Amino acid sequence: MSKELDFYAARVAKGLITRREFTGKAMALGLSATAASTLLGSAVKAAGPQSGGTLRIGAQGGSSSDSLDPALAASFVPTQVNLLWGEPLVSLSDDGGLEGRVAESWEGSADATVWTFKVRQGITFSNGQSVTAADIAATIERHAGEESQSGALGLLRDVKDVRAEGDSAIITLNNANADLPFYLQDYHIVIQPNGGKDDPTAAIGTGPYILKDHEMGVRFVFEKNPNYWGDYGYAGTIELLVINDNTARVAALQSGQVDIIDRVPPRTAGLVGRAPNINVHSEPSAGHYVFIMHCNAAPFDNVDMRLALKHGINRQEMVDKILFGYGSVGNDTPINSAYPFYTEFEQREYDPDKAKFHFDKSGFDGTVLLRTSDNSFPGAPDAAALFQQSLGAAGIPMEIKREPNDGYWSEVWNAQPFCTSYWGGRPVQDQMFSTAYLSSADWNDTRFFNEQFDQLLIAARGELDTAKRTQMYADMGTILRDEGGLICPMFNDFIDASSDKLAGWVSGVPGFGFMNNSAPMRMWVTS
Amino acid sequence: MGPIGKLLVQRISLGLLLLFLVSIVIFAGTIILPGDVAQQILGQSATPEALANLRAELGVDQPPLERYFEWLGGIVQGDLGTSLASGQSINEIVGRRFANTLFLAGCAAIVAVPFAIFLGLLAVRYQERWPDKMISASTLTTISMPEFVIGYILMFILGVQLRWFSPTAVGFRPDADFFTRLEAIAIPVIVLTLVVLAHMMRMTRAAILNVMQSAYIETAELKGLSSFTVIRKHAFPNAISPVVNVVMLNLAYLVVGVVVVEVVFVYPGMGQFLVDAVTKRDIPVVQACGMIFAAIYIGLNLIADVVSIIANPRLRHPK
Repeated sequence: MSKELDFYAARVAKGLITRREFTGKAMALGLSATAASTLLGSAVKAAGPQSGGTLRIGAQGGSSSDSLDPALAASFVPTQVNLLWGEPLVSLSDDGGLEGRVAESWEGSADATVWTFKVRQGITFSNGQSVTAADIAATIERHAGEESQSGALGLLRDVKDVRAEGDSAIITLNNANADLPFYLQDYHIVIQPNGGKDDPTAAIGTGPYILKDHEMGVRFVFEKNPNYWGDYGYAGTIELLVINDNTARVAALQSGQVDIIDRVPPRTAGLVGRAPNINVHSEPSAGHYVFIMHCNAAPFDNVDMRLALKHGINRQEMVDKILFGYGSVGNDTPINSAYPFYTEFEQREYDPDKAKFHFDKSGFDGTVLLRTSDNSFPGAPDAAALFQQSLGAAGIPMEIKREPNDGYWSEVWNAQPFCTSYWGGRPVQDQMFSTAYLSSADWNDTRFFNEQFDQLLIAARGELDTAKRTQMYADMGTILRDEGGLICPMFNDFIDASSDKLAGWVSGVPGFGFMNNSAPMRMWVTS
Repeated sequence: MGPIGKLLVQRISLGLLLLFLVSIVIFAGTIILPGDVAQQILGQSATPEALANLRAELGVDQPPLERYFEWLGGIVQGDLGTSLASGQSINEIVGRRFANTLFLAGCAAIVAVPFAIFLGLLAVRYQERWPDKMISASTLTTISMPEFVIGYILMFILGVQLRWFSPTAVGFRPDADFFTRLEAIAIPVIVLTLVVLAHMMRMTRAAILNVMQSAYIETAELKGLSSFTVIRKHAFPNAISPVVNVVMLNLAYLVVGVVVVEVVFVYPGMGQFLVDAVTKRDIPVVQACGMIFAAIYIGLNLIADVVSIIANPRLRHPK
């Protein structure tokens, strides 16, 4: 049977029969439609990428006030645009590790305080200029500098000094950090000639495409960079059109105005995927929708109270009804299998008896007040209502207060003791924990102050032994899960969709959606 | 100067006075927006020094009155200022965006105005019979639905299902050939037409019916003219004034009120631009857009006034 299927798959790849015919044949041979599509995907890939053609992207998250300065990118469109004409030093590889882009190789000193990045030999910027270690050093300087407005400033606060030496850029840190290379894959830190100090918005970099024409918040046109050093970049032309409206974006894909779109709303993803010429790509992510309690405010300052609420939430129900199945259950830590040093814990289940036991033990006999708003995450008020129901079954009374969207992030989140919120993922544990769970973190939105946790986090930064580090993060995860103020019921998927004019989607790419912004470079237009 | 000239001068100066008053309201409105402009731009991580630097750079540390006159001075000389977000001259960006908006509004007007008036005449001709009732019912239905609902419905039916037109305007380029541009905005034009049709149609119908009660219409009928000729030659010219008024009001709506349609169909006009500017608190852009929209509204209403004055024989032929 498999030989027969392989034969048909090869014929589709060559364009001798259509996808639909293939699916019909595969189903006749006893395969499910999904399995047939998977099989076909690998067959088409085996046929190899094709060069040329125009790839059209319909993207949300663009505005006429965006800038081409990579330091200022804060939404999807500018990020994607910058990563087409430019590249950071390194990028995430498909296995969650790192691979070199502008940097050919890198290594840290034994104490992880001095890092040396060797510039890739023979590569040039799109203006023809050779890339030097001085350009790398200047880029880091600009983002880490005192007047920096860069979104990556927080990552680079610990940089003490950066200098160019021969073909290497050497970064010295104030404190040990084994994750520095992971920080430098951040999409803001795109290497520019002289670090972009002369003209940060020139859009000159080492990326696979060259920006030919643009109107901010409307459209961007790229052409293949003929001197690009790497393999990526199959389409001859890329056209990126900003379509912020969800319905319009989906309609543009369905009618063939664009070939690929980002952020398909979970509510309609199933319907969109039913069209024969459209493939919906739902990819697990590290982003999560949460309920956050302040560990230092009554009644949440009692660990039994926190445990009662954690046991009283039905995680699977949230995934089914809020994410419409496009996601996975959380386990009350911000970490999931998308992270490199991940250890699996026993899954915490909905258990009304345990919830009641801890609630009684906490001695609290009032009503819990949860604040929520529409923009705290998609479907948050519905999720709050589900939570209220499941707690009610355990005899825990909860009141929901609906807050206005306007001002939610300044008046409610990080201000009120119990509310709904969301977090995007980070590439490594250290970044996630340092952002929100360290006692001194900028956004410690659960008011979590735990000395043992802090010590482990600082120690793990300087620990280069992977096994030891993994154990440390596992210990920290246990502390957060049992004592922290985070109730994390679900991790949301990134949902993108492309028409079958495009091939080459790779599943399971870590990082952000759109194959961590590499889809336009790694997919190709089939003839 | 005849009475018409006098009236014209009077109207135009009133229009300018109104525009001046609007400029005060716009400026005051943007000043009382919550949050300091510099704070909005720099965000939470702003240091006091950076805030002070930016305030000085933007000139917001000067007293409001001084800033107002500086801004007004610029506007009078045709200088709309500089965008805070992009640092570009507003004249340049707005010029391009405004041309796009005018193109969309213009196309919608070319379809909507004659169609509405024709439907109005038809409704009068078949007054209280089924064509009249059907025209009223269908146009009132489309005006009662929010634009984005009609937009989504047509996008789905005409764009995705039937594939007659592009569902969104992303194919629109100012430099593309005329036909491509028309095709890109076909559905938005239909939506806008449906939205403004009822108002103009009903007004045409009401104004003509009003005239139809007059004695000279009876005379025309007694002369044996066909009913449509009576409407066209005798009733309509005398109903021009109210019709022009409502047509101008709707034209102004087409230019100023297309924000929702532009955003839904991803059309690169003033609407999307204004929405982006408000979100980013790009105050000079918001002020510039506000002034332009106000000028259009006042200008078109002025034209309506002038046309009704000219259409009035008593004013044209003073005793």
